[in-house]
Amino acid sequence: MNLNELQRKLLAAGRSNPPSDTVPYGFQTRVMARLRSQALPDGWTGWARGLWRAAVPCLGIMLLIGAWSYLATPTPTSVDLSQDFENTVLAAANQQASDSIW
Amino acid sequence: MRVGALDVDIGGFNLFNRLRSFCILAAMEPTEAELIAAVLKGDAASFEPLVEKYSPRVFATARRYARRESEVEDIVQEVWLKAFQKLASFRGEAPFEHWLMRLAVRTCYDFLRGHQRNRETTFSEITEAEGDWLERFALQPESAPENADAARQLIERVLEQLSPAARLVITLLEIEDRSVKEIAKLTGWSVPLVKVRAFRARAEMRKILAKIAKEKYL
Repeated sequence: MNLNELQRKLLAAGRSNPPSDTVPYGFQTRVMARLRSQALPDGWTGWARGLWRAAVPCLGIMLLIGAWSYLATPTPTSVDLSQDFENTVLAAANQQASDSIW
Repeated sequence: MRVGALDVDIGGFNLFNRLRSFCILAAMEPTEAELIAAVLKGDAASFEPLVEKYSPRVFATARRYARRESEVEDIVQEVWLKAFQKLASFRGEAPFEHWLMRLAVRTCYDFLRGHQRNRETTFSEITEAEGDWLERFALQPESAPENADAARQLIERVLEQLSPAARLVITLLEIEDRSVKEIAKLTGWSVPLVKVRAFRARAEMRKILAKIAKEKYL
């Protein structure tokens, strides 16, 4: 069987048979009813959707950075938190005192 | 009858007045751009004339890819919903119809991809008329008419067997006689990709035809 000729004939048959463009009764009414039920998204809706979508990746990134900073922090030399706090707060004063000695 | 003054009065029928009122009415009718602008401002009712005007075209396109009328209606409804939701992305550089048809073709392609599991796998369901047409073709190719119903049914059956991309490209290129550039615009594929897919689609179609011949004659 000549397959090329069969292909040509069948494609010609397809061309000679354009589909109907009939619109079913009441179709426009149904579509318009559906469209009216959904409001056209305005700019704020777009922003709100975008922010909601961004929330999950942001949360993930926050957790990753938190975990990384927690694990990457070198072990503190002093276990006394109050002493560390005092040193930090008085760092500027200590610096001034050491400068005045020299 | 005063033809010179463009006032043709035949039996009380004033042609000029009718023409003038038609022109006034036509001028009063909002243009597509005005309708689209109104929809974007929140007047959903302005979308209705567009739905009414272009639905026949969208239905004809959808019927090329879906056989059941319920599926066709679903596709067209989805096209209009997408058109309404994405209307802000229509820049008005090309006619609205072109933009809409791109949307329709892409929705049909999505439909084909979503339903590719439902494709038939054998040709055991070939009707008697289709079998007769094939036999006639095998004996004397010229005697098998292209406009026969059996040939039309057979090509539909063959198209249903093709992969979604092959079916889309064969329909647009061979059946709707569109150019490669047009297909690229409609589908969003590049021109080389359309050419590659067209080549593969023809090969896929020949393979299916070979399978039919084998099933029928072996």
